[in-house]
Amino acid sequence: MAKLNSTKELDNLRNDLIAQWDENKPSVAICAGTGCAAFGARLVVDAFKHEINQRGLESKIGVLVTGCQGYCERGVIVVIKPEGIFYQKVKPDDVAEIIETTLQKKDIIDRLLYKDSETGKSIIYEKDIPFYKYQRRIIFGNNSKISPVNIHDYLRIGGYSALSKVLNGMKPDEVIEIVKKSGLRGRGGGGFPTGRKWESCRKADGDVKYVIVNADEGDPGAYMDRSLLEGNPHSVLEGLIIGAYAIGSHEGYIYVRQEYPLAVKHFIRALEQAREYGLLGEDILGSEFGFDVKVARGGGAFVCGESTALMASIEGMPGEPRAKHVHTVDVGLREKPTTLNNVETWANIPLIINKGWEWYTKIGTENSKGTKIFSLVGKVNNTGLVEIPMGISLREIVYNIGGGIKEGKKLKAVQTGGPSGGCVPERLIDTPVDFDKLTEVGSMMGSGGMIVMDEDNCMVDIARYFVGFLKDESCGKCTPCREGLWQMHAILTDICEGKGKEEDIEVLEDLAWTMENGCLCQLGTTAANPLLTTLKYFKEEYDAHIKEKKCPAGVCKALIQFSIDKEKCTGCGLCLLKCSVKAISGEKNEVHDIDTEKCIKCGICYDICRFDAVIKK
Amino acid sequence: MEIDTKKLEEIIGKYGKCKSTVIPILQDIQEEYNWLPEEVFEIVAQELGIPLMDVYGVATFYRTFSLKPRGKHIITVCLGTACHVRGGQRITETISRELGINPGETTEDLKFTLETVNCLGCCAIGPIVVVDGEYYGGMTSQKVASLLKKTRGGKRE
Repeated sequence: MAKLNSTKELDNLRNDLIAQWDENKPSVAICAGTGCAAFGARLVVDAFKHEINQRGLESKIGVLVTGCQGYCERGVIVVIKPEGIFYQKVKPDDVAEIIETTLQKKDIIDRLLYKDSETGKSIIYEKDIPFYKYQRRIIFGNNSKISPVNIHDYLRIGGYSALSKVLNGMKPDEVIEIVKKSGLRGRGGGGFPTGRKWESCRKADGDVKYVIVNADEGDPGAYMDRSLLEGNPHSVLEGLIIGAYAIGSHEGYIYVRQEYPLAVKHFIRALEQAREYGLLGEDILGSEFGFDVKVARGGGAFVCGESTALMASIEGMPGEPRAKHVHTVDVGLREKPTTLNNVETWANIPLIINKGWEWYTKIGTENSKGTKIFSLVGKVNNTGLVEIPMGISLREIVYNIGGGIKEGKKLKAVQTGGPSGGCVPERLIDTPVDFDKLTEVGSMMGSGGMIVMDEDNCMVDIARYFVGFLKDESCGKCTPCREGLWQMHAILTDICEGKGKEEDIEVLEDLAWTMENGCLCQLGTTAANPLLTTLKYFKEEYDAHIKEKKCPAGVCKALIQFSIDKEKCTGCGLCLLKCSVKAISGEKNEVHDIDTEKCIKCGICYDICRFDAVIKK
Repeated sequence: MEIDTKKLEEIIGKYGKCKSTVIPILQDIQEEYNWLPEEVFEIVAQELGIPLMDVYGVATFYRTFSLKPRGKHIITVCLGTACHVRGGQRITETISRELGINPGETTEDLKFTLETVNCLGCCAIGPIVVVDGEYYGGMTSQKVASLLKKTRGGKRE
């Protein structure tokens, strides 16, 4: 790779790459994102390479190993191009047949197709599958078109053309104006207007300024940023370089969770490739603008997703937030003006520059423009990453894209916003998804976790879960957060164990108020949100735990007991075999019995009984 | 514990000697030893010219660092929200029972360490268990018991 010295040279390279590319060449796009990798994507990739090699078809069939394509539940996903045939749950044993039947004879293998959950009919093409059909994948859609470790793929689909446009005569203020007019708001959860942030940082005093990618995706149940970094790292990098140019920064950082080794690897690879082509370093594309990026790995502390804690961590200190009377755009990393944006925010930038703010503002609602990627997970049929235009309802996401609730159960709530967010109850399922509407119902957009809960989830347990999570993650600096969460967790644990008192609710609300008003950072001030929303919408569950000492969902161990339905038990002996504490007794073919004294309520018997003979009450 | 000072110097040399490099240096040292022996703190503090307390402060603040020896096999259970609503806690309890250790502990024979993580970012196929870097999705109490058996049997020295 030779260094590109001008935007013209970049355009020429891109044109060459496009000319060399045969769009109609039969090829397979195999998803090797983290989800598919867990299903054995690597073996499927190897099988394709081996079979193609054995048949001498290397020049005839292309193999593209991509990052996450989104529909993780159905992994390993293989898409046959150019037709766009979608095969799901592909195993290495299927590979030879795919090559012979589909790639060579152009026939379909029905067994590997997606079956419509309502009609049972097979759906051949990716674009027709409900999970994809209702999405608008302007950011995430590119994942399935490129290899994340090949800069040529990114260049071929138009990568770095936005940077080229910017460096080819646009003034930094013009760039900022476009971002401001696009209405883009921070995708990390805060929703602060990105253009305004950039403008403040540009205007701040000082020669040294920093830009940072916040990839410390700590919200449990969210993995959009991971998949963007793993699947399309150059899109984030391009946005960052453009931002640095607009703000006047020459040094950037990416702060990535250490739990995401593949994201780190792919991003470092992207940096190396960009440097070789002169897209990073001195005099980028002959523009006299210089910029480079360093990688910082997180240390597994949730609080480091908070901007000032993250900056402290880059400086080599414990990640404790500071008060933000002075904003980080004025005094940030190493006390220099700093712009920090989330991964997805940066990835939006090239698109806005290329397509224009007018185009961008047509997507979304009045105050929430563009799309948002959510990780749709929990008790929903189609789990995975979904990108939707702002403003569509939770119902559309859960039912049209998500295909409804697993095993025909009843939807109870949708949790958004991570530990700072809240639970939106089933009766508010028509709430449109945008920054303001989710806040109105007591939750928040957050970074994009969307966890669907059904009738089997106990909302008191959920509140206890989040409070417990934050108790462990509190940095300990502010007393109301450090001690408040501890006490809150103790009280909620009491309630879950049947030791709750009626006055507990008042104490919890009092603690929530103190934390909201007495903590420095968002972790503390919003920590009570999951508690407050569950109290608001699911008070009856708290009452059942406290007054009746019952857990209606059958989750809280201390409040449930396992027994055997004498009518249904066939005496097959499976539960007796699996019980690790030998609490089950009974002769073969005779009704069994559970010794409640010995039973540790692990639930294995309940899970494995094929006759529904184990009762949980 | 015997510390290979040459290796340490190599790691420190890679990042440079200033306060802000303490986290990546400790991360690399941990990768080398699988945990952070007490002896390394003093060396790192001296080399970087920062108080021992600051090195210790960082090492105890971040969850990633282990100040105790860890087992040959590291078992990590995800307790993110998506895994929690699908029964992640029960998976942890099953492993705890099978191995006779609590999360954060290591078996006496140094074979297994059980850890929990607040989210692995693999939420669509939860509950997730990671054994020595390999991801296993859709875990149940039953599946995890056989996974443990496999790890024990298959990888025994």
